[in-house]
Amino acid sequence: MSTLAGLSPPLWGRVGERGTTDAGVCGLPLSLTLPRKGGGNPAADASLTNGNDIPSVVVAKDHNAILLHAIDEAAVHAGLSIGLPLANARAICPELTVYDADPAADLKTLNDIADWCDRFTPLVALDPPYGLFLDITGCAHLFGGERALLQIVTNALSRRGFAVGAAISGTSIAARTLTRHASGKITADGEEAQAVGPLPVSALGADPAITTGLRRAGLKTIGDVAARAPHEISARFGSAFTTLLTCALGQGDAPISPRKPLPDYIVEKRFPEPIVTDTVIALTLQSLAKMLVVAMDKQGKGARQLEASFFRTDGAVRSIMVEIGRPVTRPEMIDRLFRERLEALADPLDPGFGFDLIRLAAGRTEIVVQQQRDLDASVHDNDELSALIDRIAARIGGKRVVVHLPLQSHIPERSALAVPAQHHLAAAIAAAWPERVAGEPPLRPFRLFERPEPIKVPFATVPDGPPHQFTWRRARHEVVRVEGPERIAMEWWQQDGKRLTRDYFRVEDTEGQRFWIFRDGLYESELRDEDGNPVPANWYVHGLFA
Amino acid sequence: MSPNRSHFGGSCATARMSTLASLRGSIARIEAPSDANMPNRIALGHAGADAMLRGGLAPASLHEVFASGHQGGAATGFIAGLAGRMSPRKPLVWVRQDFSDRESGALSMSGLAEFGLDPRLLVTVRAADVDTALRTAADALACDALGAVVLEVWGDVRQLDLVASRKLTLAAQASGVAALVLRIAATPIPSTAETRWIVRAAHSPPGTAASAWGAPRFDAELVRNRHGPVGRWIMEWKCDECLFSEPSAYPQPVAATPSHRPHQAQARAKHRLAS
Repeated sequence: MSTLAGLSPPLWGRVGERGTTDAGVCGLPLSLTLPRKGGGNPAADASLTNGNDIPSVVVAKDHNAILLHAIDEAAVHAGLSIGLPLANARAICPELTVYDADPAADLKTLNDIADWCDRFTPLVALDPPYGLFLDITGCAHLFGGERALLQIVTNALSRRGFAVGAAISGTSIAARTLTRHASGKITADGEEAQAVGPLPVSALGADPAITTGLRRAGLKTIGDVAARAPHEISARFGSAFTTLLTCALGQGDAPISPRKPLPDYIVEKRFPEPIVTDTVIALTLQSLAKMLVVAMDKQGKGARQLEASFFRTDGAVRSIMVEIGRPVTRPEMIDRLFRERLEALADPLDPGFGFDLIRLAAGRTEIVVQQQRDLDASVHDNDELSALIDRIAARIGGKRVVVHLPLQSHIPERSALAVPAQHHLAAAIAAAWPERVAGEPPLRPFRLFERPEPIKVPFATVPDGPPHQFTWRRARHEVVRVEGPERIAMEWWQQDGKRLTRDYFRVEDTEGQRFWIFRDGLYESELRDEDGNPVPANWYVHGLFA
Repeated sequence: MSPNRSHFGGSCATARMSTLASLRGSIARIEAPSDANMPNRIALGHAGADAMLRGGLAPASLHEVFASGHQGGAATGFIAGLAGRMSPRKPLVWVRQDFSDRESGALSMSGLAEFGLDPRLLVTVRAADVDTALRTAADALACDALGAVVLEVWGDVRQLDLVASRKLTLAAQASGVAALVLRIAATPIPSTAETRWIVRAAHSPPGTAASAWGAPRFDAELVRNRHGPVGRWIMEWKCDECLFSEPSAYPQPVAATPSHRPHQAQARAKHRLAS
């Protein structure tokens, strides 16, 4: 059994402008098949490709039975097949090397291969468990044509010990079908039906029950099935299978779901000789930034999100993303942001044996309105401030640089919302905060605890009055002045009435420190246990006044 | 010149005097920029402190505020007051560590507005560690669109040494942005700060609890002043005017009266003139 990676690509240009999208829909998808020997398990792969004569199998537990999950050539020759119980396999072939299946590692391997495939097209889709679709519309000529591209992909993966099946076809399902039994085939548009017709029905990759059913009905090849009236097939095997068949015959297309959204602009540089040194990498990024800006500038765009991808010769890919608060249109700025980001990486960029491809993509762009600078200094100041925020965010992360927006709530901890400064700077500058009452001392504390801290209050003179002393963080404070209470009721329409009304007091202790403390719950009405007896209130300190 | 030195001759003495003069000259040149900056000083509003600071605080320099662990609220208020004086209408960047929210509370925007500052101009940076905080503060100081940068560091940290404070000072001098460092629960160590304050909360004025209490009051002690003497004052923050001032009704001064008592001398002189 085998897996495949098919690609059906839309558009892709070396300087990253998006081509016309029509080509993408019925372009030429390439399919790759990674046969299920070893199942991507690295340990298994290593030994499976050793070519020794002892059969190796990968087993997985299925409904309390240990079944063969993947097998190698030697095991096929020994007469084993996938799905056989391990005990039976041992009976057939006693000297058997057995490995446990590791689906997580398999998926990771598939993702790594998909990362590597990003160098051929930005549109790579996973086809779990073992397949990939690459949409190569408009990309093939960059690698010398479809045939050459197929060769490059197949050879590179084979060299690493993967058994690969690949095919290029007009639709993704047709390409996938071809990879299973006619690897290396390239079909022109409209010839899918001829190409897949002679293949056995198992190549469709439908449910095993359907495949068995078709065989029992005497329909051995896809051509046989296609010759029947569609309503007969639907009635017996369901409409999903008919759709699959139509796609395989090239009469319909199933869209692929690329792993990453297509960036608006891509620029890249390939190196015949891999580059290793930081200087060259930095220079490459600089020149890529210039190319990107030139491409964006033609359409008056600026980038809000940039991604630099570093493709290592050994197949590993490292991507670094930078978000920008306002559209960036200057190469120096791009260069500087990436320098900040690269410097601050927790695990630095490791060139290994070198990078042979560096790509810079603008994931999100916006139209830049060129406006004449007036003499108003504050406009200029805001530009500088947002540039500073971008730089800091590139280094320490966008969520760590925040501005605050007012919220419509009188509950203290919910009266402001911290939002990333990169995206909300303009909103924060225009926000309307409640005006302070002139002549009053501050009514709200300068420092507010996100979670009110419990304090110990020994007694209060009147049950709903302020305390005379309290203990906070193991230190006792004698209260000398009190202002309050200020009663804040919870939002009953949001809290299901579960939370209690708070009575806030501003208090000053003997040292002159001022606290904002509150009693959680009204004394008589809210603070009662199940029997209706009053229970003592909990006190909290919520903030500190200056 | 003493008689027993006369045999050295006039030329030797002249040479020494000229060396001395040239050294004095170079010292004067080194100190000149600070004198030149005098007119740019920003007055705090508290007359005693401003007189001692020769007009106020220099904006393009480093100022430190220290407070013990439980005086975090007062120290925050004081440094916010300094920042408010430095840059009433310019953005303020406040760099703090992640855990200081839990330790001494997050900055409350409504509290900031009540204090007389503008929450719209505040950008908060939450750094994961001291190194990041220092680096971010130095970066922010290089941006002359800002009015002030507050760096809040909790506890004694190895990284905030003389070299680090020198970097901050240089960045502040180059851009003209005030560098304010808030050190809660830390012990002062040598630094290049222009001024260093130790801040505690001060009592409200006596009187009934209902009448006029609650205005922010600080017991601010100036423990280091590069260009002048030090002192200790009770300051009150006027939220409406965004200004420090003398306490409105404090019974007796906490600060020691200056020994030469200039104000009393002036009063006596006036008295003499009148008589």
